[in-house]
Amino acid sequence: MLAEATEILDSASVQRALTRIAHEILEHNKGTDNLVLIGIRTGGDYLAAQLQQKISEIEGINVPLGTIDITMYRDDLGSRNDLAMGQTDIRFPLGDRKVVLIDDVLFTGRTIRAAMDALIDLGRPRNIQLAILIDRGHRELPIRPDYIGRNLPTARDEQIEVEFDAQHVPVRVSLLK
Amino acid sequence: MNFQHRHVLGIKQFNAEELNFILDTAESFKEINTRSIKKVPTLRGKTIINLFFEASTRTRTSFEIAGKRLSADTVNISGSASSVVKGETLEDTARNIEAMHPDIIVMRHSASGSSDYLAARLNCSVVNAGDGTHEHPSQALLDAFTIRQHRGKIAGLKVAIIGDIAHSRVVRSNINCLKKLGAEVVVAGPKTMLPPGLEMLGCRVAPSLSDALEDADVVMMLRIQLERQGKSLIPSLREYSRFFGLNENNLKLAKPDAIVMHPGPMNRGVEISTAVADGPQNVILDQVENGVAIRMALLYLAAGGDKMVEG
Repeated sequence: MLAEATEILDSASVQRALTRIAHEILEHNKGTDNLVLIGIRTGGDYLAAQLQQKISEIEGINVPLGTIDITMYRDDLGSRNDLAMGQTDIRFPLGDRKVVLIDDVLFTGRTIRAAMDALIDLGRPRNIQLAILIDRGHRELPIRPDYIGRNLPTARDEQIEVEFDAQHVPVRVSLLK
Repeated sequence: MNFQHRHVLGIKQFNAEELNFILDTAESFKEINTRSIKKVPTLRGKTIINLFFEASTRTRTSFEIAGKRLSADTVNISGSASSVVKGETLEDTARNIEAMHPDIIVMRHSASGSSDYLAARLNCSVVNAGDGTHEHPSQALLDAFTIRQHRGKIAGLKVAIIGDIAHSRVVRSNINCLKKLGAEVVVAGPKTMLPPGLEMLGCRVAPSLSDALEDADVVMMLRIQLERQGKSLIPSLREYSRFFGLNENNLKLAKPDAIVMHPGPMNRGVEISTAVADGPQNVILDQVENGVAIRMALLYLAAGGDKMVEG
């Protein structure tokens, strides 16, 4: 239905952006102490795995990796058609951890609100930071990312598509008009 | 998948894809039950009324916990404490409750078809927690969930169901559910407890307990309802136990890794020996644990499916 797809980032550009974000996370947190990565399903969890690998290449340490599903925390039950639910998989305590929350696209901020509520129900992290591959604007809540792959001004009715290959490696980011 | 059911009345309303979707949804909710803070805001602001006209501890508690863990407000009404004893009809009772704007009524009633009857007359969602000898969908789903958890699948498994088939709503829902999910179902019990036409449900009636148990992957024992039919349909409990009770010896006929299930409450020494009930193959408490996750899924889907049907 969407007629026009414009490539915003190719595979190499996504990798460069993720490498930079990995360095920024390490710089900001002064290393990997108490650091954990949590990706939001689906998309953010794949990017979180990429960041874990990049941090491991830089520091030689595998920081704990978790995934979170925010369906139970959404505010639109009854107005959406898809009731499918994924699973939250966080196998470490969050108390006193520095949590980097990771998602592919930041739009209204409602997903991040839900994810923060979900995280806080699981423990009391020391802080929560936000890493985003694409920030497309149009926030409806006072939420801002700490690490951004690319700022991309969009119109409300446009869509951003982040494509992954079968190994969950990002291959392309496109703008659909 | 678009789940478009605002009521949960029986297994008969769901196809295999929808049944699997319910089990997958329950899988997500199961994780919450092991957290230290066992609560998510999914059904915040929803009101759920548990309307139980028949005694029930397990199912009622399970539904109540499920609702509370989803942040819904739950209210329990039991038959003996309600205006039913003052002569009010079921429809009037339900209409009065509905006037208080609940979102979901979870009902157990001794009359088969009572939840269908209410669903056709009320605007809120109705979840059947057992109607007469008709259906008990949440029990069948938690059984399927427990089988899937222990055996990794349901399709192709041989499931033996033993006991009072005629008066069991658990059996009717279970046969339906397991058949739709691709299992082979064999039933056995005293002739007085086998209703005619069982084959129409797609299950096989075994001539004896040992025939049913042979190579079974799952053995599901039913309760002999001592307070109801139990006494008049069998000569004695000792005789029933001898011919249809599960013990360590006859369990050996089933596959070595077969699981033993019971919907509870158990009559130890009647349909199941204590050694088996507490033995390594029993998954009876897993069934109870999984019941909460299944009921969370059903309440969530009924609440979420609601608007879609109307809108």
